[in-house]
Amino acid sequence: MSMFDKTLGWVDDRFPLTKLWTEHMAAYYAPKNFNFWYFFGSLALLMLVMQIVTGIFLTMNYNPDATLAFASVEYIMRDVEWGWLIRYLHSTGASAFFVIVYLHMFRGLMYGSYKKPRELIWLFGMFIYLALMAEAFMGYLLPWGQMSYWGAQVIISLFGAVPFVGEELAIWIRGDFVISDATLNRFFAFHVIALPIVLLGLVVAHIIALHEVGSNNPDGVEIKKVKGADGIPLDGIPFHPYYSVKDIVGVVVFLFFFSAVIFFWPELGGWFLEKDNFVPANPLKTPEHIVPLWYFTPFYAILRAVPTIGVSQFPGVVAMGMAIVFLFFLPWLDRSPVKSIRFRGGIYKFALAVFTISFIVLGWLGTKPAGGNYLIASQVFTILYFAFFILMPWYTTIDKTKPVPERVTSK
Amino acid sequence: MKKIIIALVMVSLSSLASAAGGKLHLDEANIDLTDKASLQRGAKLFTNYCLNCHSASFMRYNRMGKDLGISDKLVEDNLIFSDAKVGDLMKVAMTTEDGASWFGTPPPDLSVIARSKGAGSEGANWLYTYFRSFYVDESRPFGMNNTVFKDVGMPHVLWELQGMQKLVNADEVKEHGATPEFALVSTGSMTAEEYDTAARDLTNFLVYVGEPSQLKRLGLGGWVLAFLVLFFFVSYALKKEYWKDVH
Repeated sequence: MSMFDKTLGWVDDRFPLTKLWTEHMAAYYAPKNFNFWYFFGSLALLMLVMQIVTGIFLTMNYNPDATLAFASVEYIMRDVEWGWLIRYLHSTGASAFFVIVYLHMFRGLMYGSYKKPRELIWLFGMFIYLALMAEAFMGYLLPWGQMSYWGAQVIISLFGAVPFVGEELAIWIRGDFVISDATLNRFFAFHVIALPIVLLGLVVAHIIALHEVGSNNPDGVEIKKVKGADGIPLDGIPFHPYYSVKDIVGVVVFLFFFSAVIFFWPELGGWFLEKDNFVPANPLKTPEHIVPLWYFTPFYAILRAVPTIGVSQFPGVVAMGMAIVFLFFLPWLDRSPVKSIRFRGGIYKFALAVFTISFIVLGWLGTKPAGGNYLIASQVFTILYFAFFILMPWYTTIDKTKPVPERVTSK
Repeated sequence: MKKIIIALVMVSLSSLASAAGGKLHLDEANIDLTDKASLQRGAKLFTNYCLNCHSASFMRYNRMGKDLGISDKLVEDNLIFSDAKVGDLMKVAMTTEDGASWFGTPPPDLSVIARSKGAGSEGANWLYTYFRSFYVDESRPFGMNNTVFKDVGMPHVLWELQGMQKLVNADEVKEHGATPEFALVSTGSMTAEEYDTAARDLTNFLVYVGEPSQLKRLGLGGWVLAFLVLFFFVSYALKKEYWKDVH
């Protein structure tokens, strides 16, 4: 027995190391027909690690103090060895994380990955999405630029629209009557400790639930239904080494585009780093256009599209919340007998296309001033966005589906 | 499905393009960050004309010297006009309160001014056009206004170089957003071409100060991408090898 085997045996007697490796990697059987869309799960994990590692190094040099925060970010950009790279990895990483998560969720919509028996995977994923939005929102305050400050001011004042307790609630969240040093300190605490812990826990739950029921695939076929004599799904292949080596290719391709942004266009024309955020926060001077970062703009457009009641923005706030809440209920809104878009009828394909276009257009409208044609367009696309969910039980029932094969169709 | 994806890509591309629009007329600065002579001339203009009221308090003198190829001795002798040490940040003695009472608004720190005016070349174009767009306007406290930054609190500190100019087509600019046209009313020490070059040098320097590591970043980028292309072939070959037995 080699030294390695002896050590492993010693550990295995005390901790299920080999068991964990086998269950989650070497003998986790994934469908062999994963396509392009299946890269984004592992890429999301990569981004989580990237954000945590770069975040640790940023925290070493960042000052969560309203009078020092802006300067400390520039200190990182200039005086800290490779600080500029760490900062760009983190700032571009935030946007890249959302690109990946949106594509990951879109994959779920296309192939019905949220449907029985994967409802809990979807719910854990939605909670990850919520936590990620909170994480990004609070992180965006930390550079203490004008857009950090006024973006937070606008979003937190929305809580003030809640009837009766609104004003008190907004003050309680800020810890002050306006965004201030107190707000910056608590957002820093949430951003670097509370939410990362929540995220890590949810990601573990997401993966455990996935490995319990097994992965869906582009055909929406349950590979566990057809097993060989050895009890292994005939259409399954061990995650390691097949998907570990395949995901490396995905990582390299992703890093190519990611690095291109970091090294050549770190602001991405103002979409990843806004120009107003190079002006230190000034509570006395409101920027001309207050625009959240791109990953929030679809919901911002929905917020502004809904008419106020008197002066209360509450209906818009509710609509914005519902735009996210509806996603949680997808597994139960979808009544179709098939999972994958490949075997669904034209109605679902059409609905998904309209929904996706609505989401993107709303995202664009969210960056535009509210009013005139922009406002009308926001209202039309808000209705289309919600129609996808509200009409889903009906159109998924009447949609003509194709027969689903027993086995996966292609490699 | 492919049609849907293509449609989505088109929609997102068109929205990206239209997000960049703006009303302000800006001239192309065409700066060159690798032009050390231009950056050095810009540094001279900056320390002589700007660094009295404006600070660049995130920038160190010796970092500038190192990046621009100017020795610490030369920086100390020619570019530092206060009692600052060569390793100090470019701060000014003027307090925020004094600045506010003298100019109406405190002169902003210029460390990241280029980045605050727009991403990519947009910030450079803004500064370049701004330096060349001061015109005589008796209604303003210092007798000067600017078409890029309306009612700016700053006087035209480069007037002795450029001279004074007036806005010829004020009405058209105001009513139709026409491109401003200027005519000199008094000459400065520089010709129009020389002043444009000076404005370009100063812009170049401010873009450099906005992100001193950008040349290193751009220089490294090509190597990183080249490595990833190479690594792609390796990783793809590995994947192909493993996947041979999947049917």
